[in-house]
Amino acid sequence: MVRLADLPQAEREGHLNRIPTLPQFPTRPFVKGPALAQRRVAIVTTAGIHLRSDQPFDTGGAGIDYRVIPGDVAPADLVMSHASVNFDRTGFQSDWNVVFPLDRLKELVRDKIVGAVAAFHYSFMGAIPKIERYEPKARELAAMLRNDGVDAVLLSPV
Amino acid sequence: MSALGHYLEQEGIATVSISLIREHSAALSPPRALWVPFMLGRPMGVPNDPAFQTRVVLAALELLDRDAGPVLEDFTEDAPYEDLGDVPEALNCPVSFPRMRSDGSLGERLADEIAQLQAWHEVARKHNHGRTTLGVTGLSPLQLGVYLTAWLSDTLPAPYREGLVPAGALKLAADELKTFYYEAKAVQPGRHSPAQVLEWFWLDTAAGEAFVALRDMAANSADPGMKGIATLSLVPRAVMPLLAARQAGS
Repeated sequence: MVRLADLPQAEREGHLNRIPTLPQFPTRPFVKGPALAQRRVAIVTTAGIHLRSDQPFDTGGAGIDYRVIPGDVAPADLVMSHASVNFDRTGFQSDWNVVFPLDRLKELVRDKIVGAVAAFHYSFMGAIPKIERYEPKARELAAMLRNDGVDAVLLSPV
Repeated sequence: MSALGHYLEQEGIATVSISLIREHSAALSPPRALWVPFMLGRPMGVPNDPAFQTRVVLAALELLDRDAGPVLEDFTEDAPYEDLGDVPEALNCPVSFPRMRSDGSLGERLADEIAQLQAWHEVARKHNHGRTTLGVTGLSPLQLGVYLTAWLSDTLPAPYREGLVPAGALKLAADELKTFYYEAKAVQPGRHSPAQVLEWFWLDTAAGEAFVALRDMAANSADPGMKGIATLSLVPRAVMPLLAARQAGS
């Protein structure tokens, strides 16, 4: 079960039917920057994960807000409240890095392959019907990333 | 994910996306994306394999060095396994279980089942160095069972947390009880693939039976907020054929 063609029919059709509804982005922004060993990298995920003390995602709100995940977060502090039931959660329950690869990123910094890890990372909840609705929060997030000196973001879905 | 890539890049921050559905990334053309052939929910491939996860992360980050885009590349290495990987030590649960009761109400059977899984969940917590992903609702597993089965009675349960709409409260509680089951199942003997865990939960447990009843209750609810529970966010699409096959065979 790794490619769209391998998914059960209902799953496959759900994803294929979404394609005509996706927005067109008229511009093709492409920001260049320093070599990876000089970059400061943050993780932005749409896995709907957050600190246990945070407000859960799936509580009848707009679903486009984000949660801040401190860079020194402990694995025991992260939980998930994503609305969708149509993806595997056993992986995250067993090892957060399969969704939120913070330990791997820190190892790459230790090995001087990546320059630095951001002080803060961010989590949205994916699976909202109109992804254009992320725009205001994404632009707000960009300001926070700049304040943290971040010049590269690893975007990770579920 | 691709939309976030567009917006952040417009703001001057370079991005690279992991892509789980290549067709969506091809349609949205984010600045840089690495398609990975992994199941939904596992963007880094497999749990408990740091070397494999590092190859995925690095393959994605290396796309930041490209001079022009959009870039959509494929990660061609398949995930080495679908379960949770090697269990480093033999895990066992040092309690003897009474036989599960097959009679009694759904609420009674659910409470029995939860009580029996508690010991396994303790094993899971120790195995994961104290980590659990429970704790979203603040309810214990037994309280979750009572709360959920109350939805199937004539009297709606009292809210367990302020600020939640009823459907949202039900959804969070259902997800949390399922998390408890999944975490407990993960350390029981054998290697469990996600598909096996899914089948076990939905076809072999009182909890799965309760969830199907909750879905049916939500479908007949006058509360418009419950419609999403009935159609989208309680029973996975992959489970529908399993339930239909069981119903056809019964």
